[in-house]
Amino acid sequence: MSMERIPLLQVKDLVVTFGARRDRFTAVKGVSFDVHRGETFGLVGESGSGKTTIGRTIIRVNPAAGGEILYNGERISGKISRERDRAVTRKIQMIFQDPMASLNERAKVDYIVSEGLYNLGLSLTEEQRRQRVARALSDVGLLPEFAGRFPHEFSGGQRQRIGIARALIMEPEFIIADEPISALDVSIRAQVLNLLADLQRKRGLTYLFISHDLSVMRFICDRIAVIHLGRIVELAETEKLFAHPLHPYTRALLSAIPLPDPAAEKSKVLEVYDPACHHYEKDAPVWTEAEPGHFVLANGEELDAYRRMLG
Amino acid sequence: MNEAILSVRDLEVEFTLRGRTLHAIRGINLDVYEGESLAIVGESGSGKSVFCKTFMGLLDSNGTITHGQILYKGTDLAAFRTEKEWLSVRGREIAMVMQDPMTSLNPLKTVGAQICEALTLHQGMQGDAAKQKAIEILGDVGITEAARRFGQYPHEFSGGMRQRVVIAIAVACNPRILICDEPTTALDVTIQAQILTLLRALKEKYKLTTLYITHDLGVVANVADRIAVMYAGDIVELGTCEEVFYEPKHPYTWALLSSLPQLGVKGESLYSIPGTPPNLFSEVRGDAFAPRNPYALKIDFVERPPYFEVSPTHKARTWLLDPRAPKVEPPENIRNLRAVGEERT
Repeated sequence: MSMERIPLLQVKDLVVTFGARRDRFTAVKGVSFDVHRGETFGLVGESGSGKTTIGRTIIRVNPAAGGEILYNGERISGKISRERDRAVTRKIQMIFQDPMASLNERAKVDYIVSEGLYNLGLSLTEEQRRQRVARALSDVGLLPEFAGRFPHEFSGGQRQRIGIARALIMEPEFIIADEPISALDVSIRAQVLNLLADLQRKRGLTYLFISHDLSVMRFICDRIAVIHLGRIVELAETEKLFAHPLHPYTRALLSAIPLPDPAAEKSKVLEVYDPACHHYEKDAPVWTEAEPGHFVLANGEELDAYRRMLG
Repeated sequence: MNEAILSVRDLEVEFTLRGRTLHAIRGINLDVYEGESLAIVGESGSGKSVFCKTFMGLLDSNGTITHGQILYKGTDLAAFRTEKEWLSVRGREIAMVMQDPMTSLNPLKTVGAQICEALTLHQGMQGDAAKQKAIEILGDVGITEAARRFGQYPHEFSGGMRQRVVIAIAVACNPRILICDEPTTALDVTIQAQILTLLRALKEKYKLTTLYITHDLGVVANVADRIAVMYAGDIVELGTCEEVFYEPKHPYTWALLSSLPQLGVKGESLYSIPGTPPNLFSEVRGDAFAPRNPYALKIDFVERPPYFEVSPTHKARTWLLDPRAPKVEPPENIRNLRAVGEERT
């Protein structure tokens, strides 16, 4: 193939710490992954695994303490020029978890959606700005008239659409969706997931989808990285990960997915992950490709066992 | 089947909001049997929380029970007027676990003190006896080093651990019925599975009758014996867990199941229910779900359907079950569930 897939986003050995000296806490401990243009990449893990911190570091809210992040081949972590900083702000947008908390209650939708435009100081006339707000709102299935209303007049699903419109108006290439549906009702979840998939098809967006729920991930992601306490323990294409979960933590996450099948559910044995099951004192784990495109963090002994599982 | 511990008869609840009346509960009949676990499933605004709050006298001050009875051990709870009457039931007979463990604990008191408070109030235990019992309960809800944790404050606990403490307080009241209002929505999937397993174990140990309120049909397959599906202040389908998952009859239940990502096919869009729930300020004519229902018949817009019995334990409020109705096949993923069910039995 002449067209080598160039990763849109490359995260290399990323380390993120909080606090200083004695209180230093390392939230992300050397994480590496690539996100290709047009794909949906999932980052799954429990609370405290560092998945949100990674997202926030990419949009430069948290500084990286080590490693680097490349976007389109250019470094966007650490000290960068002002122009590049503005480009990153425009091209990478984030959708937040709780639509009840992430919208300014005192501002009208019109301002909330166009706040990013104001911040970049684009030379738009009032008329142009209003048109872009109207278009962003209709793109997410809301009426342009809603621009004159306040957030409290909307339901949870509609508020999340406003959150998406706020990201879309910047015409981003890359969207970080941090648990965009976990605060929503099941029936509303479906609408928001469909909307995200639809926008991706129409605009060729790339998503980094952060969630703790693998059942949603299976539905939307092309590839999934499983993260535990600041380390990625397994990374594979969605189908491979579900067909052959290797790492015990991935298996625990999979067994926790609730199934709409009472008989299977009532006889299910819950797998609980205990980090003590690893014997890393003598033989430290390495990031290895167990089968093509399927990576796992394992030591030599575990890798042999995993390869036997793959057959 | 066991005796009914709680019987709801023709219950109607109304709220007055700025001079307008909202019909939150529109005539519910339900028997809750001793020792069972019943899940009440519905979207936000379906009235599932309001329905359960009536059992504990926790309705907001603008809400009233306008019709019907709630019989608990022969007493009509709907006739209670004073707070004193409610105190004989609330906690002692019927206790509740709230949704968000981050807000339902007192941040200024140790978790031990909060559990002891329930023990003193409802079981008359004092001092060391209460402390010993509280530590025992903390152990029961799966908190390790219970004696040390007894003296800690809520902020020293993680979300899942706090929910265990909330459950411990509810259990310390020694209730007969435990109502769990979205006990796991604020929690991670792995923690959710652990809390559900815990609730199931406690139900056996303390011989509890449990009511689960949730919007996610996916989580109840594990814990429920029976499922009641609520829509617009009414129970539209009621059956055993197996019946509701493998043989659902109401189009609303089909819609709820179809929108689960677990049943979705990748690359296709997930089923989403069109439209919005009805406005309960105005009179609902016919079947409340009809405007959003692709299978609606003409009569659905005119007359409210009665319950049609599918089996002695399974009934649904839909005209589709009327012998005169045209035969309608459920959507494909619902038929697949039926196939799974047949395989299991």
